[in-house]
Amino acid sequence: MTTVPKDDIAAPAAVLAQPQAMSLRPTARHLIIAAAIAVAVVIPFVAKSFILFQLTEVMIYGLAILGLNLLTGFNGQFSLGHSAFYGLGAYTAAILMHNYDVYYLWTLPAAGGVCFAVGFLFGLPALRLQNLYLALATFALAVAMPQILKFHALETWTGGVQGLVVDQPDPPGFLSMIDGDQWLYYFTLAVVLVMFGAAANLVRSRTGRAVMAIRDNPIAAAAMGINLSLYKTLTFGVSAFYTGVAGALGALAVAFVAPDSFNFLLSVSFLVGLVIGGVGSIPGCLLGGLFVLYVPNIANSISTGLAGAIYGVILLIVIFVMPAGAAGFGRFALARLSRSRQA
Amino acid sequence: MQLLLQEVMAGLATGAIYACMALAVVMIYQAIDHLNFAQGEMAMFSTFIAWQLMAWGQPYWVAFVASVILSFIGGVLIERVLFRPIHNAPVLSSLVAFIALFSILNSSAGYIWDYTIKTFPTPFGTKPLFGNGLIDAHEAGMIGVTLGLLGLLYLFFRGTRLGLAMRAAAANPVSARLVGIRVGWMTALGWGMAAAIGAVAGMLIAPVVFLEPNMMLGVLLYGFAGAVLGGLTSPGGAVLGGFAVGIIENLAGTFIPYVGRELKLTIALVLIVVVLMFRPSGLFGRSVVSRV
Repeated sequence: MTTVPKDDIAAPAAVLAQPQAMSLRPTARHLIIAAAIAVAVVIPFVAKSFILFQLTEVMIYGLAILGLNLLTGFNGQFSLGHSAFYGLGAYTAAILMHNYDVYYLWTLPAAGGVCFAVGFLFGLPALRLQNLYLALATFALAVAMPQILKFHALETWTGGVQGLVVDQPDPPGFLSMIDGDQWLYYFTLAVVLVMFGAAANLVRSRTGRAVMAIRDNPIAAAAMGINLSLYKTLTFGVSAFYTGVAGALGALAVAFVAPDSFNFLLSVSFLVGLVIGGVGSIPGCLLGGLFVLYVPNIANSISTGLAGAIYGVILLIVIFVMPAGAAGFGRFALARLSRSRQA
Repeated sequence: MQLLLQEVMAGLATGAIYACMALAVVMIYQAIDHLNFAQGEMAMFSTFIAWQLMAWGQPYWVAFVASVILSFIGGVLIERVLFRPIHNAPVLSSLVAFIALFSILNSSAGYIWDYTIKTFPTPFGTKPLFGNGLIDAHEAGMIGVTLGLLGLLYLFFRGTRLGLAMRAAAANPVSARLVGIRVGWMTALGWGMAAAIGAVAGMLIAPVVFLEPNMMLGVLLYGFAGAVLGGLTSPGGAVLGGFAVGIIENLAGTFIPYVGRELKLTIALVLIVVVLMFRPSGLFGRSVVSRV
């Protein structure tokens, strides 16, 4: 299962990478992706189950950040409300499993579908708003979500303030040699690979170019015949879809959902991850996930009292060193390298 | 009717807090063209400085003035040291720098002054202003100071050369530099003024919400909402927007049956978004027309 998406990611890169002076790139890209996947497949046999769980969370955050990236990085629409889509996805999965005994595999498309619909609908009013005004509208969504989840009339489904407990998925019968954490890791890995591959394909397609044209110059894009409203709302929907699936995976991984874990601060983490990884970079999202999960822990281990300050300082240093995120830094380094090779 | 009046007055009182913050937010937005997410934490830090001075035995007004001046210097320093080097970075990167500043200020305040709730004195007293107890002296003072600040700012930006230079530097940095305005220092000055206004706001808000490192989070968010509702290009609009958010929040909580109490913040925010549907640049903001 894990080998199939490899070609998904790599093939378009081979076809579409810039032909001139870049003949080495596609194979290098192939190799890096293949190596990364190979490492990811081997990790569960060497890492402790706690680390494995953390890496699962990194991938889930990475997927949520990818959702935000599709909207912000590729379409230029801000959002402070992606914690709401993450929470909606998590709750959709949890309610289906807890109240209706739905098999966990089917909760992912359900969560994605619900989030797509909500995201698409939210994209309609968002059409009229720009930049900070859009940020405020999405921020309202982030603030509203925990309150709605706690709302007493919905308690029968959402469990109110208590939240819902979800069963962690068991490995299927033919994989009896691996334990629950390992299975969760592989399951997440597979979903994440498929969705990253799909996103890479999407942004390289005709649709993806239309989406990016809107980001770069909406007036010119409209003049070229791109339907701005349709593409912007669809991007909102797809972005919410990605983040919603991540939320459902998050619910499976943590085996518990509660309203206050999907607050505005989660949106801020996604945003930090997006910028650190690199706005408009697909592999950067995973680096963003790594940062969001590990750096607060590192700060906490240096000093509990000043953890927030240390986190802030690390964040500032990263922004000073890499103003365009890890992906921007990578591109800069590559450009330097190829220039010195030519000289 | 009595209830309505009472709720409107209570809304005005909370609205005054939001309006203070909204004013500071718009100020810095005018000066640097970014929303400063750390604005509330800067105000909180200034308020702690005043509290510390008073704890060392200084009278209220000495602490007040000292805190405003220190905040001004602090604001200029933050701009020079932290934001000057990255002023060309992408918007989202500076947003993350604001989040970092937020985190640093919040955590160091908690480390220095710990997280216990402290009372902060008010210069106005807390007696009811009129016999009917609709509004107390501190709330009235807060509204008065907010409006007074707004008036001063208006005079400064409309009537002085420095104010004009600051507006020019924010509106068109390249042309402003060509006519001899030191754009970098104008930005730093904007930061200093926003920090000083934030300090005043923080010291007015602290008696109501009590002093602790997280006191500004909610206030800042609704201050933002107020600023956006009023229009980010208009200080007067921001103040009105702040009052409006306070009143809407209170009225929604009291008069919308069934869901009001639990979802009042949600309702207030939804109403604001609905308003923005019809006025995408805020109630009093200028809409930006772009040239192809």
